[in-house]
Amino acid sequence: MIKNIALAGNPNSGKTTLFNALTGSKQYVGNWPGVTVEKKIGTARVGNKTVNIVDLPGIYSLATYSMEELVAREYLESDEPDLILNIVDATNIERNLFFTLQLIESGKPVVIALNMIDAVESSGGSIDTALMSELLGVPVYPVSASKNKGIDALLEAITNDKNPDISTVNFYSKNVLSAIESIETVLSIDKSPRLHAINYIEDGEKKLEGHEISKQTAGMLEDMVQKLTKSVGMDRDMIISDEKYKFITGVVDKCVTKNNMYHKTTMTEKIDRVVTNRILAIPIFLGVVLIMFSVAFGSFGSFIKGHFEFLINDVIIEGIANFLTSIHVSDWAYSLVVDGILGGVGSVLSFLPEIAILFLLLSILEDSGYMARAAFITDRMLRKFGLSGRSFIPMIIGFGCTVPALMATRTLENEKDRRLTMIITPFMSCGARLPVYALFTAAFFVQNQSLVIFSIYILGIVIAILSGLILKRFVTGDTVSGFLMELPEYRFPTLKNLWRHTWERIKGFIVKAGTILVAASIVIWFLQSFNLNLKMVSDSSESIFGNIGKLIAPVFIPLGFGEWKVAVSLLTGFVAKEAVVGTLSILYGAGEAAASGAVDITAALSQVFTPLSAYSFMTFTLLYMPCVAAFATMRREMNSWKWTLIAVCYQTAVAWIVSFLVYQIGGLMVKGIITADMIIAALAVLIVVLSLIAYFKPSKRKKNKCASCGACCNSCDRK
Amino acid sequence: MTLSDVKPGEKCKILCIDKTNIIRKRLIDMGLTTGTEIYVRKYAPFGDPIEITVRGYELSLRKFEASLIQVCLS
Ligand SMILES: Nc1nc2c(ncn2[C@@H]2O[C@H](COP(=O)(O)OP(=O)(O)OP(=O)(O)O)[C@@H](O)[C@H]2O)c(=O)[nH]1
Ligand SMILES: [Mg+2]
Repeated sequence: MIKNIALAGNPNSGKTTLFNALTGSKQYVGNWPGVTVEKKIGTARVGNKTVNIVDLPGIYSLATYSMEELVAREYLESDEPDLILNIVDATNIERNLFFTLQLIESGKPVVIALNMIDAVESSGGSIDTALMSELLGVPVYPVSASKNKGIDALLEAITNDKNPDISTVNFYSKNVLSAIESIETVLSIDKSPRLHAINYIEDGEKKLEGHEISKQTAGMLEDMVQKLTKSVGMDRDMIISDEKYKFITGVVDKCVTKNNMYHKTTMTEKIDRVVTNRILAIPIFLGVVLIMFSVAFGSFGSFIKGHFEFLINDVIIEGIANFLTSIHVSDWAYSLVVDGILGGVGSVLSFLPEIAILFLLLSILEDSGYMARAAFITDRMLRKFGLSGRSFIPMIIGFGCTVPALMATRTLENEKDRRLTMIITPFMSCGARLPVYALFTAAFFVQNQSLVIFSIYILGIVIAILSGLILKRFVTGDTVSGFLMELPEYRFPTLKNLWRHTWERIKGFIVKAGTILVAASIVIWFLQSFNLNLKMVSDSSESIFGNIGKLIAPVFIPLGFGEWKVAVSLLTGFVAKEAVVGTLSILYGAGEAAASGAVDITAALSQVFTPLSAYSFMTFTLLYMPCVAAFATMRREMNSWKWTLIAVCYQTAVAWIVSFLVYQIGGLMVKGIITADMIIAALAVLIVVLSLIAYFKPSKRKKNKCASCGACCNSCDRK
Repeated sequence: MTLSDVKPGEKCKILCIDKTNIIRKRLIDMGLTTGTEIYVRKYAPFGDPIEITVRGYELSLRKFEASLIQVCLS
C-alpha cells in the first residue's frame, strides 16, 4: 500500500505547483531555483484512499551542498517514502533526467511526471512518453501542473497501481557495465550492490560506509578502477555521470521532437539580450525598482488609499462608535473598543491598498524569472560587500516579509555568507513597516510622499549593503564561494499565480491585524489606561506605559523624538512593526478622532514631530531590531543565540547611529527647514563615493587557478 | 585555456575540471563532463559572473569557477 509519496526533482521543475494541485495547498511557487527550502506534507484523496504527499526542495543530484538540498536528500534516502514521484521539466529534459537516473538507480520505486508539457506543445514540439517509459523502465505521465492537466490521471495511476516495477534497465556502456559488475562481485554486498559498486568507482573506499574490505580486495578493486579509467579516458569521478548523460542523450534523441523548443528559448534569449545586457542591465534594474515603488506609493496608490481610508474611518469606525453610543455601553468599554481596538487596528488596515499593490508587484517579479537575473547582474557588486548575488533573492523577498526572506537564505551554500545575509536582510523594509512611513509622510511630507518613502527603502538597501562591508571581516572572512545558478526561462506570470500570491500575503496581513494587533491593541490600551495600582488614570502619562516610556525616552532625545509615547510605540514594534502605528494611534487618540469626525492623528503628531524628526523616526523604525517572529526565525535558522543577539544588537545600534546622524546633520544643514531632496542628494553622494571606493579597492583574494595542466588532469595535454 | 578566457559568443568543449575544488562534483552533476559543448552567452555588467548555455539550459557561474574548467575552442 502506498502511503507516502515524495515529490522530487530539479529546482524549478514545478514540484510545488504539482503539490498544490494534488493537495489543494497554497505553498509558495516562484520562477527561480530554490523557492522551496523546507519539507512540506499534504494529503491527497483518491476515491476513498488518502495518501501523504511530501513536497521537497529541488536538487540537481543526490550529492548535495546547501542546507535545503540536504533536507531533500535525507528524506529521499530515509525509509519513509513508498514512492518517489519524480517531476521532470520537459523543457529542460536533459539535465532533469540525470537526477531521474540517480533516483532509479537508488532502487526506490519511481514514477515520472513529465511536467510543463504545455510549454513543449505550445512551441510545437512533442515527446513520446510511451517510448521514454520503455527506455527508462519506469512509468512516465505527461502533466501540466500549472494548467491542471493530466493530474487526475497521474494520481489515479500512482495510487491504484501496485508498486511499479523496479527498473532493470541498464544505463551503461559495455565496458563500464562489466567493470561495475565485476566490482559488485568483489565487493559482494547484499543490499543494493549496484549502488555500492558505483559509489566505489566514483569515490573509492570512503563511500562504502561500514563495509570493511581487506587490503588485498582493496588492491584488486583499485586495479579494476584503474583499468576502467584508462579505457574510458576519464577520471573515475566523472565516468559514471558522463555515462548517464550519454544514455540520456540517446533517450532524448529518440523521444523528443526537438526543432521547436527552439522557439521558446529564443523568447528568453531576446528578453535577456536587453535585460542582462552589459550596459542596459543596471539601468533596467534600477528602473524596475523605481517603477515598483512609484506605482505603490505614487498617485495610483494614494488614489486607492484615499477611498479605502474613507471606508475604514468614516464608515466602519464611526458606525461602530455610533452603535456603541446608542446602546449606552459604559465608558471604559467604549474606550476599549473605539480608542483601543479600532484606533489601533483601523489605522494599520487603512494602509492595505499600498501594501497590496507592493505585494502584487513583488509577485510579478517573482513569477517572471527576473529574480535569478537580478542575482546574476548584482553578484559582482554585492561581492565587493561580502555578499553574493544569491543574497539578493532573500533581500527582495524581504520587501514582503522578513520571515520568509530569512528562510530563503538557506540556498546560500556557504554558512558564513548565509549568516551575513541573515544579519542584513531585516534592513530591507518589510510590508509591516510601511504603515509607519505612510502615516508620517502623510503628516509631514505631503508634497513628496512617494519620494520620501522611496528614499527610506533605498536607505534600507544601502545600509544593508554597507553592513556587508563592515561585517564581512568579522563574519565571512575572505572565503570564496561559488555562484552556480541556473537562469530559468522567462514565463508570463499567470493571473492565477499572481492572484494567489498577492492574496496570500494580503490575507496574512489582515489576519495579523485581526489577531496579534487586536490583542496588542487591547494590551496597549490597558497599559496606557491604568497605573501600577490598576486604577484607571485620566492622564495616560501616569499609566504603566507612561512610566516605562519616561524611563527609556531620554535615549531617543538625540534622535529628535524624546516623547514617552513615541518611545513606547517603538517598544511595541517588537511584537509587530505595524503596532508602532497602532500604539501611536491609541496614545494620540485616533479612534476617538475618527469616530467624532475630528482632525485625525496627523494633527496630533505634528505637535510632537518636525519633518526632520519624523524622518529620523522613520529611519529608526526601518533599521531597528525586527519583530518577534523574525527574531525567532533568525534564532532557528542561525541555530545560535550568540549570533542572533549580535544581529539584533547590531541592527539596533545601526538604527540609533543612523537616526542620530540624520537628525543632527539634518539639523545643522538647515536649521529647522529641511527638504527631502537634500537628504536624498546627500545619500546619493554617499552611495556613489562608497561604491567607488569599494569598487576600486584592489581585491586581495588569491586565485587558485589550476596551475599546470598536468596537475589538473591528464586529458589536458590534448590541447 | 580555461572557460574564463572564452569570449562571449564563442563555443568551446570541456577538457577537464580542476580536481581539488569541491565544486567539481557539482559541475559534473549539472552536466559539465569532458567533451560537453559550452556556448558562452554573455558576461554580466561588471564582467563577472558569466552566463553559459550547456545541455540546453542557461547556467551562470563566476569567473573563478570558470577558471577551474579547462576547455578548447570548437
Ligand atoms: N508553463 C508551465 N509552467 C509551470 C508548470 N508547472 C510549474 N510551472 C512554473 O514553473 C515555475 C516553478 O514552479 P515551482 O512549483 O515553484 O517549482 P519547484 O520545483 O517547486 O521549485 P523549487 O521549490 O525551487 O525547487 C513557476 O513559475 C511555475 O509557475 C507547467 O506545467 N507549465
Ligand atoms: Mg518548490
